[in-house]
Amino acid sequence: MSLVQVTDLFVEFGDLRAVDGLSFRLEQGAALALVGESGSGKSTVASALLGLHRGTGARVGGSIEVAGTDVQQASDDELRRLRGAKAAMVFQDPLSSLDPYYAIGDQIAEVYRVHTRVSRRAARARAVEVLDRVGIPDAPRRSRSRPHEFSGGMRQRALIAMALACEPALLIADEPTTALDVTVQAQILDLLHALREETGMGLLLVTHDVGVAAESVDEVLVMRHGRVVEHAPVADVLEAPTEAYTRTLLAAVPRVDVRRTPPGALSESVTGGSGSLLPDASAEGRKALSPGAGAAVPPEGASGHGGVAFSGDLAPGARAVPAGAGAAVSPEGVSGDGGVLSSGSSVQGARDVPSGEGSAVSPGRASGDGGVVSSGASARAARADVPGGPAEGPEADSPATGAENARGVSAGASGDVVLEASGLRREFGRGKRAFAAVDDVSLTLRRGETLGIVGESGSGKTTLGRMLVGLLQPTTGEVRYEGHARVGVNPAVQMVFQDPVSSLNPRRSVGESIADPLRARGERDERGIRRRVTELLERVGLEGAHYDRYPHEFSGGQRQRVGIARALAADPRVIVCDEPVSALDVTTQAQVVALLGELQRELGLALVFVAHDLAVVRQVSDRVAVMRRGRIVESGPADEVYGTPQDPYTKQLLAAVPALDPQVAARRRAARRELAAA
Amino acid sequence: MSGFAGFALRRAMGAVITLLAISVIIYVVFYATPGNVAQITCGPRCSPEQVHQVAQQLKLDDPLYLRYWHFLEGIVVGQDYSTGTSVEHCSAPCLGQSYQSDQQVTQIILTKLPVSLSLVVGAMVLWLLMGVGTGVLSAWRRGRISERALTGLTLAGISTPVFVIGLLLMIVICGQLELLPFPEYVSLTDDPEQWAWGLLLPWFTLALSEAAYFARLTRASMLETLAEDHIRTFRAYGVGERSLVGRHALRGALAPIIALNANDFGSAVGGAVLIESLFGLPGIGQELVHAVNVVDLPVVVGMVLVIGFFVVLANAVADVLYAVADRRVVLT
Repeated sequence: MSLVQVTDLFVEFGDLRAVDGLSFRLEQGAALALVGESGSGKSTVASALLGLHRGTGARVGGSIEVAGTDVQQASDDELRRLRGAKAAMVFQDPLSSLDPYYAIGDQIAEVYRVHTRVSRRAARARAVEVLDRVGIPDAPRRSRSRPHEFSGGMRQRALIAMALACEPALLIADEPTTALDVTVQAQILDLLHALREETGMGLLLVTHDVGVAAESVDEVLVMRHGRVVEHAPVADVLEAPTEAYTRTLLAAVPRVDVRRTPPGALSESVTGGSGSLLPDASAEGRKALSPGAGAAVPPEGASGHGGVAFSGDLAPGARAVPAGAGAAVSPEGVSGDGGVLSSGSSVQGARDVPSGEGSAVSPGRASGDGGVVSSGASARAARADVPGGPAEGPEADSPATGAENARGVSAGASGDVVLEASGLRREFGRGKRAFAAVDDVSLTLRRGETLGIVGESGSGKTTLGRMLVGLLQPTTGEVRYEGHARVGVNPAVQMVFQDPVSSLNPRRSVGESIADPLRARGERDERGIRRRVTELLERVGLEGAHYDRYPHEFSGGQRQRVGIARALAADPRVIVCDEPVSALDVTTQAQVVALLGELQRELGLALVFVAHDLAVVRQVSDRVAVMRRGRIVESGPADEVYGTPQDPYTKQLLAAVPALDPQVAARRRAARRELAAA
Repeated sequence: MSGFAGFALRRAMGAVITLLAISVIIYVVFYATPGNVAQITCGPRCSPEQVHQVAQQLKLDDPLYLRYWHFLEGIVVGQDYSTGTSVEHCSAPCLGQSYQSDQQVTQIILTKLPVSLSLVVGAMVLWLLMGVGTGVLSAWRRGRISERALTGLTLAGISTPVFVIGLLLMIVICGQLELLPFPEYVSLTDDPEQWAWGLLLPWFTLALSEAAYFARLTRASMLETLAEDHIRTFRAYGVGERSLVGRHALRGALAPIIALNANDFGSAVGGAVLIESLFGLPGIGQELVHAVNVVDLPVVVGMVLVIGFFVVLANAVADVLYAVADRRVVLT
């Protein structure tokens, strides 16, 4: 007998058919992932397995059998005996999924006592036991904590402990890691994996993240509009999807191990051959001399590949010193820098980078040293060395154009700094409770470039973003826009917020929201405003007629487009995007990211892209800074940081990213296990 | 517990400042308004000399700030008063002396306060039981006929003036059916049984009108909590509806109930005038109305301060309860 057998399931909410004729089986001990975008009906299926639609007004048809219980026919009491005891569910948001008013141990004990007739004491002991099993340190004591005293990962462990309490045959995990950081996500997935090996329970994993599925299940069922698109073993789905939809879904997944693909037309010339990269890069160098086209604007070619040539500056002390010093000492050092250039495309580095080009790299690096460098002294030392070294030294005989370009790049680069932050520190709380959310962070942002800021929750990245736009005043340090220190918000620096739902006023039409920045700067001509807003709406891929619609009429991706349009309304030079796509599906994510790239190229915008998702950041960023506990632990050109991470924390982050290849995933899991054991 | 001690201290200081502010405002409002207090106090047939004498006796010619200072002094250390023929000592906390009678304000309040507190505390127990109970029931039975009936009832409770309810109850229960004696205040220390019987009807009347608000608030905030994710979690783990509603949802709905209760309790101590008048209960509210009518300013000021004290106290208690109900709240 199968553990789960669903036949011709449909679920209707009013006129909406959320699940439409779905059938699947799950054998004892097996693991199946339901993968789909939001609105595909996957969570509805998960709820249906436990009969949770009963009494909600939803119509459920077809047959559902879970662990020997016919969910459709079962009485309320039979259903309650199924829930938690034979099939337990782990929910997405571990904070809101636990009762804030009771101790965690008590909540688990309560659930345990519903299904077993044991004493309060015994139930409490069982709660401690399962909490210990899921890796809560000092479980007897922590079981008396309330949910808000736990971190996100610990809460999710506690929920899993609750699920384990009655030793169910089936675990339903509904987006169990979506709300978690990547390292915590890896831990939770590893825990689920280990528990499954240990207890032999079946797993139904509901997720929008194909990467999460790849790590955890045997089979994948891809859903769309409530129907099955594809259902096959995980390796088949990932490596040889038969359906077009599955392929687009996979294509939209940002890959952390793939370097940035420059958006737009020039990507063709880039893919045309890696040999063409170099001319591109030097062309960029020339372009940098001409006003308007900033060295960094060229998302084309340069930013993605040769991009390193002018964005080498990001180096934090540790990185800057060896690189810079190497350049100063010998031509080998310089070609080492060329190596940086080629780290992404080795062909080009080996074959094409002449020493002159190498020198072009190093001054560029030197000039930009203000970069994200936080330990100024060593970096400055490196800068002092470089111009005296390769630029004037062994490369003196290098082709003149090369040297010219080099200067062009450096001059253009330093002149194009739009936003500069130095020694930013921001404290919250007073007295003994004070802590620094951001601590001594410095960075520069040049016109047209994208600076990615990655970090886990609590790393201070949002606080940093808010200081950059002037929504928060730094405790110490300053933010300079085009060389001028400023206080308060600046229309030239705009922000796109994380949650497109709550960042738009639901009571005002989107047109009104977009018009806000225009009115704020004193625009009074109603027709002009309307014309401009219509233009903006069209610019971000919506329709001008949407002016009078309200936010709830839009999907998440569309609302984020509205948010972008609002940011554009003030004609900004810089946009700080705070987790702009983290609330969106992968496909929508890809579209919004593409839109940002397009706008950047057309308008010469500089972007600061704050996100926790390493893969997304890699896809959009020229340079990347990794934040931890309010500090930047590592920074540099994206390919460098991702290709050869130096800081242990960066390495840890990268190791935790779910792999799309199940074999790679298994290898990484083994590696993590070793690391944990060591 | 040091956190709690700190909270209590800060709260007490806040209360003192609040009460000082209230006293200043009351003092200015009543004493600085036009009208010859001495004339009113003395009576319409007093000669100008007598009025002048009264004014001197009441120190009405002193500047306002000086009188206010003496008033504060009286609260802290007590005060000596001249009644014209003798000097009387009024020990701290002295709120002054009535213009109309020779009674000290503190004494007047001490005789009226037990009546008001008896009424309000008893009624509060009832309104919480009835209001929260009704709210929980109607949240649980949402959409069914029983819930509609309850909602209708609470609407009727809110919209019917309290004196109408009270009169009807009194006429039907005491007059027609003779189930209860007509309400009368008997001190709790004299005869607890008579005390309770005498107050039963006033309690119900006051509670009925208040309970309606509590029922609506409870229902709304229960429905909100019932829609939260953690309720879904426990439902998905086979926890029964009774436990979901009674244990999890009610706990989450408590906070606003506590807040509303603090306000209503505090204001009912001085504000249940209608009930007190209707049932002939010699409470603070009635006395206050009387004192305002005869411009007995010391009594007015003293009583307003006492009422303010209860409002502040009730809110401080609410804050503590708040923190007990929800451990995420830190008392600062």
